[in-house]
Amino acid sequence: MLENYFPILLFILVGLAVGLGPLVLGKIVSPHKPDSEKNSPYECGFEAFEDARMKFDVRYYLVAILFILFDLEIAFLFPWAVVLQEIGLAGFLAMMLFLLVLVVGFVYEWMKGALEWD
Amino acid sequence: MDFLANLFGSYWPAVQLTSWTLIKIIAIVLPLMIAIAYLTLAERKVIGFMQVRIGPNRVGYFGLLQPLADGVKLLFKEIILPTASNKTLFLLGPVLAIAPAFAAWAVIPFDATLVLANIDAGLLYILAMTSVAVYGVIIAGWASNSKYAFLGSMRSVAQIVSYEIAMGFALVGVLMCANSLNLGKIVMGQAGGFWHWYFIPLFPLFIVYFISAVAETNRAPFDVAEGESEIVAGFHVEYSGMAFAIFFLAEYANIWLVCALAATMFLGGWLSPVPFLPDSILWFLAKMGALVFFFLWFRATFPRYRYDQIMRLGWKIFIPITLVWIIFVGAMMQTSLGYLFH
Repeated sequence: MLENYFPILLFILVGLAVGLGPLVLGKIVSPHKPDSEKNSPYECGFEAFEDARMKFDVRYYLVAILFILFDLEIAFLFPWAVVLQEIGLAGFLAMMLFLLVLVVGFVYEWMKGALEWD
Repeated sequence: MDFLANLFGSYWPAVQLTSWTLIKIIAIVLPLMIAIAYLTLAERKVIGFMQVRIGPNRVGYFGLLQPLADGVKLLFKEIILPTASNKTLFLLGPVLAIAPAFAAWAVIPFDATLVLANIDAGLLYILAMTSVAVYGVIIAGWASNSKYAFLGSMRSVAQIVSYEIAMGFALVGVLMCANSLNLGKIVMGQAGGFWHWYFIPLFPLFIVYFISAVAETNRAPFDVAEGESEIVAGFHVEYSGMAFAIFFLAEYANIWLVCALAATMFLGGWLSPVPFLPDSILWFLAKMGALVFFFLWFRATFPRYRYDQIMRLGWKIFIPITLVWIIFVGAMMQTSLGYLFH
């Protein structure tokens, strides 16, 4: 059982190597001529105005929170969907109840304007 | 061989297994890399022809050596490490972006027997891998310590996670039909001709999945993250040389990946569309290629969405559609018409 997962582990390592290899190769063969102007943050040729670690729109944060809620919901739906045929009507209705609770929250956030981007 | 067996002693079977698996992995990775390289050329050619141009045609016959020339050029460009950046994270970003796009191929079934790891949690693994790719984007944007990169990565990540939900819900529909997380079994559930493929009973989910896939890969018309007229190149504005090339390759690797997934889950993978033709890996490649062509076509056809429109489409249209369709399919399965959805 677990040995089926060994190729996956190896493939992840190969994937990392696919990313790291060209980086290392590029570092070796490419020129390296640093210069304070070249290494400064790009801002269309101007001096960087202020720190880039600045305040950002709170809506991004909101999207992240909503994403966690919905992604968990998907995590709950996955096993349910796989065994739906075996659990029959009772299982279906139980999940509908759960989805109803989620939809109430979804409608609430919609009405509150959490999904507006203008 | 005997010499090697003696050298490794009792570790020999493990070494043998590892090297044999590595060979198989390379047999997947090498063609994939060539496919990625030539997708960049195909994109320029296809868009060129759609705009009545000829596209790249100087390097080699029909421009066939162009990807090679681009690769060599980028290899010899300096990798700039901005002074303000967090150096380690800055270099980790591109690696994290490309590794999952390759690693996910471990569970893709090319054929009834041709799959590297035939695991039961295949789809779960794919979802996990595609989620990891987001870290590459956000780490790159944050570690660059540049305003354009930061804003670009915020946009890009918010867009990716929004569409990941619609994508996840669409996959739930597939699972309801297939009753398995194993990608090979999902394909076999669609056996018997194209009218058994899941894109018919799950048509709205298929459309949502495919459009979400375009948004997930940050491709036109959803490429506000790149938005060259406002935030230059988004999260990879500070990257140059090979570090940039890796982000570029990751984007194309992801296109192949999402198309392979769409072909597997909705279009019957390696199965032949009609019973009198044999099943073969060629069908899988043809379906995947046709879907990839749509990506190029979209880019040549559609103007870019505005950011608020993207978020509205993801949250207010796709999520309700998928929810309704999941409930509909679930309800139908409780009736005598349930067989239509298996």
